[in-house]
Amino acid sequence: MCTTCGCGGDGARIEGAAHGHHHDHDHGQSHAEDSRTIALELDILAKNNAYAAENRSFFAERGILALNLVSSPGSGKTALLVKTIGMLGGRLKSYVVEGDQQTSNDADRIRATGAPAVQINTGKGCHLDAHMVGHAVERLAPSEGSVVFIENVGNLVCPAAFDLGEAHKVAILSVTEGEDKPLKYPDMFAASDLVLLNKSDLLPHLDFDVAETIANARKVNPSIKVLQVSARSGEGMEAWIAWLTAARGMALAGYPLGTAAE
Amino acid sequence: MHEMSLCENILGILKEQALAQNFEKVTRVSVEIGSLSCVEPEALRFGFDVVMRGSLAEDATLDIIETEALAECLDCGATSAIAERYDPCPMCGSHHRKVTRGEEFRIRELEVN
Repeated sequence: MCTTCGCGGDGARIEGAAHGHHHDHDHGQSHAEDSRTIALELDILAKNNAYAAENRSFFAERGILALNLVSSPGSGKTALLVKTIGMLGGRLKSYVVEGDQQTSNDADRIRATGAPAVQINTGKGCHLDAHMVGHAVERLAPSEGSVVFIENVGNLVCPAAFDLGEAHKVAILSVTEGEDKPLKYPDMFAASDLVLLNKSDLLPHLDFDVAETIANARKVNPSIKVLQVSARSGEGMEAWIAWLTAARGMALAGYPLGTAAE
Repeated sequence: MHEMSLCENILGILKEQALAQNFEKVTRVSVEIGSLSCVEPEALRFGFDVVMRGSLAEDATLDIIETEALAECLDCGATSAIAERYDPCPMCGSHHRKVTRGEEFRIRELEVN
């Protein structure tokens, strides 16, 4: 899938992937001495966006729903994912790309559910980019009509700028965080289509104002949807599964075979 | 601190352009940053010097052109400046606004030899 791959040493490691690419720029042209100005109108993220477009067509051709899960560290993303995979069970095959700076702890937790997972360690990097994800998906080789969850690095800032080729960004916000998080990190909430307000079982013990949080999220993104869930108690999880199923229906709509459930 | 990898993207573009447009040294890079573009100009400047070291753009000047963001109000139709994504429409107070400018992040011009 990575046809224009220029794999350099960006510090990211994909579990199990051996990288053998090199690219040298040996060129022996003689250059003019005089200074000149070149007008360019080049999008700096164009390369990432081209990889994202490749990922997106890979998913579209196979009727795969790809979701990019973004949040701060500690919002309960992995626990939510473990619960979700369990609920999808035999109905829908799940695959996971795990992004963290270090360790394969999260991928190990996912694998314990039986779902195939590939860990990307970004090293010093603060986000996943479309190129790393392309290689990770290549390794995962997801089956047609499946769901690929991409669990981004816990960070509400940097991942907003990098399209990975997903159908939707889903922001996970736990009720132990502040109501004003959508205002503090507006780019992420502007880029997301859905917010999962996680750990809702803790609400009786907190002063967290759900209505205010939703109002704040809508200030930066009027069309964003919000679901209140608890991976621990299971509250609201059916609504999330219903959203997933509907989103998957959209992923299958353009899929030639129409039915691909396993 | 994704500005570091954004600088690596800029360096990648400079290397490609050096081959395509036949130059070997870049002395100035002019970059347009929309005020709602997820790019922090100061962090970009910091990353730029570090990433360009030892490359064809070592010691190049980074010019940053900051573009003011505009949003169209989906309720009253007015287009006006928007400093933060949560700013209401100054005409009718609605938050139902669509950003029409200010998310740009691109190289506008290079000075090379």
